[in-house]
Amino acid sequence: MQVTVDAVISQPTLDARLSGERLELAAAGAWTVENAQALEPLVEAASDRHQKVARVSIDMGRVDRLDTFGAWLIERLLRAWRSAGLDATVVGLADHYRGLLNEVKNVNREPPPRPRRRSGIARLLENIGRAVGNTAQDLTIIVQMLGETAAALARVFVRPANLRFTSVVHHLDRVGLQAVPIILLITFLLGCIIAQQGIFHFRRFGAELYVVDMISILVLRELGVIMVSIMIAGRSGSSYTAELGSMKMREEIDALRTMGFAPVDVLVLPRILALVVALPLLTFIGSMAALYGGGLVCWLYGGISPEIFVSRLKDAISLDHFAVGMIKAPFMAAMIGLVACAEGLQVKGSAESLGLHTTTSVVKSVFLVIVMDGVFAMFFAAIGK
Amino acid sequence: MAARETIIRVRDLVVGFGAATVLDRLSLDVYRGEILGFVGGSGAGKSVLMRTIIGLVAKRAGTIEVFGVDLGRAGERQRRAIERRWGILFQQGALFSSLTVRQNVQFPMREYLDLSDRLRDEIAVAKLEMVGLTADVAEKFPAELSGGMVKRVALARALALDPEIVFLDEPTSGLDPISAGAFDDLIRTLQRTLGLTVFMVTHDLDSLHTVCDRIAVLADGRVVVEGPIGAMLASDHPWVREYFRGKRARVAAE
Repeated sequence: MQVTVDAVISQPTLDARLSGERLELAAAGAWTVENAQALEPLVEAASDRHQKVARVSIDMGRVDRLDTFGAWLIERLLRAWRSAGLDATVVGLADHYRGLLNEVKNVNREPPPRPRRRSGIARLLENIGRAVGNTAQDLTIIVQMLGETAAALARVFVRPANLRFTSVVHHLDRVGLQAVPIILLITFLLGCIIAQQGIFHFRRFGAELYVVDMISILVLRELGVIMVSIMIAGRSGSSYTAELGSMKMREEIDALRTMGFAPVDVLVLPRILALVVALPLLTFIGSMAALYGGGLVCWLYGGISPEIFVSRLKDAISLDHFAVGMIKAPFMAAMIGLVACAEGLQVKGSAESLGLHTTTSVVKSVFLVIVMDGVFAMFFAAIGK
Repeated sequence: MAARETIIRVRDLVVGFGAATVLDRLSLDVYRGEILGFVGGSGAGKSVLMRTIIGLVAKRAGTIEVFGVDLGRAGERQRRAIERRWGILFQQGALFSSLTVRQNVQFPMREYLDLSDRLRDEIAVAKLEMVGLTADVAEKFPAELSGGMVKRVALARALALDPEIVFLDEPTSGLDPISAGAFDDLIRTLQRTLGLTVFMVTHDLDSLHTVCDRIAVLADGRVVVEGPIGAMLASDHPWVREYFRGKRARVAAE
């Protein structure tokens, strides 16, 4: 069976015979793509043999197959000789291959453009310069997106009918409701782990009961909201970027624009609003799950009964701790949404660009979530909460 | 033409998706060295047949033989050997957007052949020039090209390994009539110089009139008429009559 597929591919040869001032070459076999690897050295060797000869002829009579690869190599050989001032001819070529050989006469006449290459230092400096420029540009783009979204929101306040309510509900379902199981699971486990570590280390000082303080303050003020924000940046932010990016690639966003819709009104605002509504709710659910997990581990591993846990909880936390955590959530949501949508709209034509911007979107929003949390921490410390 | 070698032989092919049967016991022969135009209404399954032959869509029944090998029974190695001997031009070009034009054309060569960089570059530029482009597009990315250029680069990539069969999926769709005509001429010239067999799915009546040696018409899941353009004009099949002798067809024929 193999024979029928690989056909009969004979080895190519190029035999040389010197007669006086005349070099006669006889090509034979299949001068085709399958043999391209073997053909090139044959041709290279022949093109160097032009000392002491004035005329060269290649007899193609015994070549049984010829394609672009073979034809080009013959042409390359002819050009090498002719540029060395020799009289080179092809004889005995089968008629049906004449067109092919004529065709390759016209190709590769101009030197191909080489990709520009720079020295190491110049490239390093260029990259640094570009990185700085890009960072500045990125900031502008996010601020621009913030401005456009705020303007869109203002338009909604003036004319509430402008709000795409269905779209908001749709996204609320996707980023809110459908995220509940995974958020519950992860924050529950987080609570368990903190409680276990706390009990393990506090036990040495006989201060197990303070674990309740640690869990509750840590979860309500910081970890709940940060954990949920990071999860949402990875889960929903990336999908926002990918959606808007592929819409951009397929000219859907241009289509919207030409129909007189602002993409920010139709696509960006509903997505960001949905996040701003969903993230505080998810933070609340997540914090409760973490406390529940912590309480469970305290009971089963630390021997702190649920009654004691709850009464200790009442002493440990005030409404302030809860409020500090919850107040941050909508800001985180807005940040994630802005970055995700801004990145999505930056996508250019290629698949690579889509992947790049999706990655950037997640990395950037996670980074900004942490930075923003730091800023909030300083703010709350300053006002004494 | 003397005894013609059948290069693609499709027999009783059945292809369907879910409850729908798209191709129903379809049989078709493609002979070496011809340009076969394959026509049919939108959604009739022209592209499905092409995609089934090249192995992108699974068949339910029937046999497909290419170069005399039954693709349903061919092993992995055999399939790869056959895939090397055909080239495909997708409707949207399907150029790899993260590679330059030169890298796109060189992609199959890199995969299958161990060539020197010099030869690979020369062949890539040669292919680009053969499809009517100039060497300076080589370093561009697909996103920077016009629709007609994308088709030409995609054709150059399809021809990268000097295939024996070229599948063209609506090669002239989306091109202006002048570019479409030029593309038809290009296909004709390349087919003659390289001795290609061309399987062309098309809607373009001009292409059918000017470049196709033979035409096969797909309707109701099978080939209802096949033959040269004269046979199309003589056919009594209602769809064929409407297609080749309708208002638009009369203009194209003039």
